[in-house]
Amino acid sequence: MQKHSIKLEEGSIEKQTTTLNLGPTHPATHGVMQNVLQLDGERILSTEQTIGYIHRAFEKIAERRPLYQITTLTDRLNYCSSPINNMGWHLTCEKLLGVKTPKRVDYLRVIIMELARVTDHLICNGVVGVDSGAFSGFLYLMQYRELVYEIYEEVCGSRLTTNIGRIGGFERNFTNTAFEKLEKFLAEYPDVLTEFEKLFNRNRIFMERAMGVGGISAERALNYGFTGPNLRAAGVDYDVRVHAPYSSYEDFEFTVPVGSTGDNYDRFLVRNEEMRQSIEIIRQAYQKVQDFKGAEADVFHADAPEYYLPEKADVYTKMEALIYHFKIVMGETDIPVGEVYNSVEGANGELGFYLISDGGRSPYRLHFRRPCFIYYQAYEELIKGGMLSDAVITMSSLNLIAGEMDA
Amino acid sequence: MDAPDGYAGEGFFTSKLSDVVGLARKNSIWPMPFATSCCGIEFMATMASHYDLARFGAERLGFSPRQCDLLMVIGTIAKKMGPVLKQVYLQMAEPRWVLSVGACASSGGIFDTYSVLQGIDQIIPVDVYVPGCPPRPEAILDGFMKIQELVGKESIRRRHSEKYQALLASYGIQ
Amino acid sequence: MDSMALTNDIIKEKLIAKFGELLTDWEEPFGLLTFTAPKDENLKVMQFLYDDPELRFQFLTDLCGVHYPGGKTGDLAVVYHLHNLKDNVRLRFKVFTTTANPEVYTATSLYSSANWMERETFDFFGINFVGHPNMKRILNVEEMDYFPLRKEFPLEDQSRTDKDDEMFGRGRLLNS
Repeated sequence: MQKHSIKLEEGSIEKQTTTLNLGPTHPATHGVMQNVLQLDGERILSTEQTIGYIHRAFEKIAERRPLYQITTLTDRLNYCSSPINNMGWHLTCEKLLGVKTPKRVDYLRVIIMELARVTDHLICNGVVGVDSGAFSGFLYLMQYRELVYEIYEEVCGSRLTTNIGRIGGFERNFTNTAFEKLEKFLAEYPDVLTEFEKLFNRNRIFMERAMGVGGISAERALNYGFTGPNLRAAGVDYDVRVHAPYSSYEDFEFTVPVGSTGDNYDRFLVRNEEMRQSIEIIRQAYQKVQDFKGAEADVFHADAPEYYLPEKADVYTKMEALIYHFKIVMGETDIPVGEVYNSVEGANGELGFYLISDGGRSPYRLHFRRPCFIYYQAYEELIKGGMLSDAVITMSSLNLIAGEMDA
Repeated sequence: MDAPDGYAGEGFFTSKLSDVVGLARKNSIWPMPFATSCCGIEFMATMASHYDLARFGAERLGFSPRQCDLLMVIGTIAKKMGPVLKQVYLQMAEPRWVLSVGACASSGGIFDTYSVLQGIDQIIPVDVYVPGCPPRPEAILDGFMKIQELVGKESIRRRHSEKYQALLASYGIQ
Repeated sequence: MDSMALTNDIIKEKLIAKFGELLTDWEEPFGLLTFTAPKDENLKVMQFLYDDPELRFQFLTDLCGVHYPGGKTGDLAVVYHLHNLKDNVRLRFKVFTTTANPEVYTATSLYSSANWMERETFDFFGINFVGHPNMKRILNVEEMDYFPLRKEFPLEDQSRTDKDDEMFGRGRLLNS
C-alpha cells in the first residue's frame, strides 16, 4: 500500500482546540484533582492543574494538639497506608524526645510498615488495572487487603485509619491470632501476586497502553523532587530505608528494584517487585520476632514513662505511675525545645515531618513533606503530547492520594 | 424477596403502584460514588468481593449524575469542593436520594477547620447519614439498606409535593 | 571522588569561605547543619551548593514557611531542606522576611519542585516569591483574603452557627 502525503499550506485549515475538564469528580481520578486539558483532537497540548479540593488544614490543626493526638491526623495523610504515616510520626517524636525503642518493637514496626506498603502498592496496581479496563485483578488483590485489615484490627482495633502504635512502641502486644493471620498472609499472598502478574505483565493490551507512556528521565525526576517508586522507576535507587535506616531496617536483607525509563509500565513493575521484597522483609522480621523468648517476648514498648502511658494497674496502685499518667494526659510533660526533620520511606516516597517545638505540649509548627504533592507537579510534563487515555493511566500509575496531596 | 402487600388470585396480583415501583427501584439503585478521601477506600472495600455491594442491586456504579439515583457522598467535602458537589446534585434527575457516608460528610468530622464544610447538609438535602471514621463496610451497607427502605416506601407524589419543594427551596434549589 | 566523607564542618568551612559573615546562626540540631542567610542571598547560596563539585546539594527535599511573630530579623521564615544524594548529607537553611514586605526570590529556576511548595507557602503565610511563574493560591479557595497559618488567625471557621463554643472549651467564659 502506498503512502500519499498531502502538503497543505500554512494556515489553510483553521484549527480549534478543545477544552476538556477532567474535573474533580471523575471515575478515573482517584481522589479529587482537577485538570483542565487543552486538546487537539485526542492529543493533549497543555493542562492546568487545580488541587486543594480536600484541603483539611492538617498543619494548622497540629498546632492545637499534643503530640500523641497528632497520630490520628497522620493516619489521614496517605490513607491507603496509614501505619507508615503513624510510625513515621512516632519516630519523629522519639527523635525529638530522645526515646530509644527496643529491638522487638523495631521489628514489629517493620512488619506493620511493610504490610502497609504491600497494601498501598496493591491498591495502586489494582487500580491501574481498573483504569485500563481490567477489573478482576483488583478484586483478587482486595481480598488480601481484607486479610491485612484483620491483622491491623488485632493490633489496634481499626481497619483503615489505624492510629497504630504509640510514642515508644505499641499499645498492646501482638496476639497469637495476629501472628496466625500474618502467617496465612505470607503463605497465600505471593501466589495471588503471581496470578495478578500473569494477568498483566505480558498482556499485550496492557503493555501497549502502559509502555512508553508517561515516562520521565532521571534528571527531570530529581529536579521535580520525585521520591519513592516513581523515582526508582526512572532509574535512581534512592530509598530512605537504605540511605538513612530507621527502626532497625539495617538488620534486613532486601533489594531495591529500579526501572529504566520511568514510564507507567516500569512503575507497575517496580511496585510489583517492591511488594515481593516487602514480603521478604516481613518474613525475616517475623523470624526475628519469633527468636525473642521468655520475658523478652513480652516487650512491646520502650521504657519511657514520661511519654508512654503506664499500665492501668500501676496507675491505681503506684504514685509515680499516677503522676506520669496525669502529666501525659493533661499535656504537662516536658517536651524539649528544638527542631527536627525526620523522614521515612512512605509508599509514595520520602514522607518527611518537620517539627518545631517550643517546649509546649503542641508543636509550634509541624510541616509534612508530602511526596504526592511534590511529584504531581510533573504531571503536565508527563502527559504533554500524549493521548487523553494515556493521561488517565499516567495519573493512576503515579499513585496520587488526594489526602496526602492536600493535607 | 417479599412481594408487596396486595390481593392475589388465579393469574393476577393487585397492589399499589407505588409499592411495585418502589420494589423495582430499591433493588436496582444505580449509585454515584462521590468519593473524596479515606472513606472512599472503605467504599472500595464494600464494592470488592468480601462485602459485595452488588448483592443489593447496585452492581452498576454510574459516574454520570444524569444516570444515577443515589448520590453517595463519601469523604470530606472542603469548601472548595462545595460548589462542585452542588452542581453534581443539581444535575441528577428526580427521584434522587443522597447518602452521606462518614463523619466528615455528615458533620465535618474531626476537621473543625476553616477549610472544611461542616456537613454536606449545609448545601444539599440528605436522606441517610452513615457515621464512622471511616465507617465499616457493614455500616455502609446498613446505610444503603436504609436508603432501600426509603426508596421502597416512597410515595409517587412526593417529588411534586409542596413540602418537598419547600425543602429544596430552603437550599436555594429550584 | 572525595577521599574523606563530607562532614558538616567541611560544608560550613566552604560556605563561610564563600559568603563570610552573611551566614549566621549556625546550629546542628540532631546532626543536621542549619544556618540563616539573608533573604537576598538565598538563590546565590542554593546555586553555590548546587554547583560546587564537592558539595553537590542537588535535591530540594522541602520548602516551607514558619511564622515567628516578633522575630528580630523578621517574622516570616522560609526554610529550605536540601539533600546531597550521592554523599547522603542533609542541610537546612532559613531566610527571614517581614510581614510588612514579605518578598523572597523564587527557587523555581533551579528546582522545578519549588513551584508548588512556594505556592503553598504563599497560600499559608503570604510570602510573595518574586519571579514565580504562577503565584496564586494552591490549596485554599482563590477568594480567601487572609493567610490562615499565621498565628493570629484561628483554626475554626468563624462563620459556623451550629457549634456551641462553650462545649468545646473555647467559649467566652473560658478564654477571651
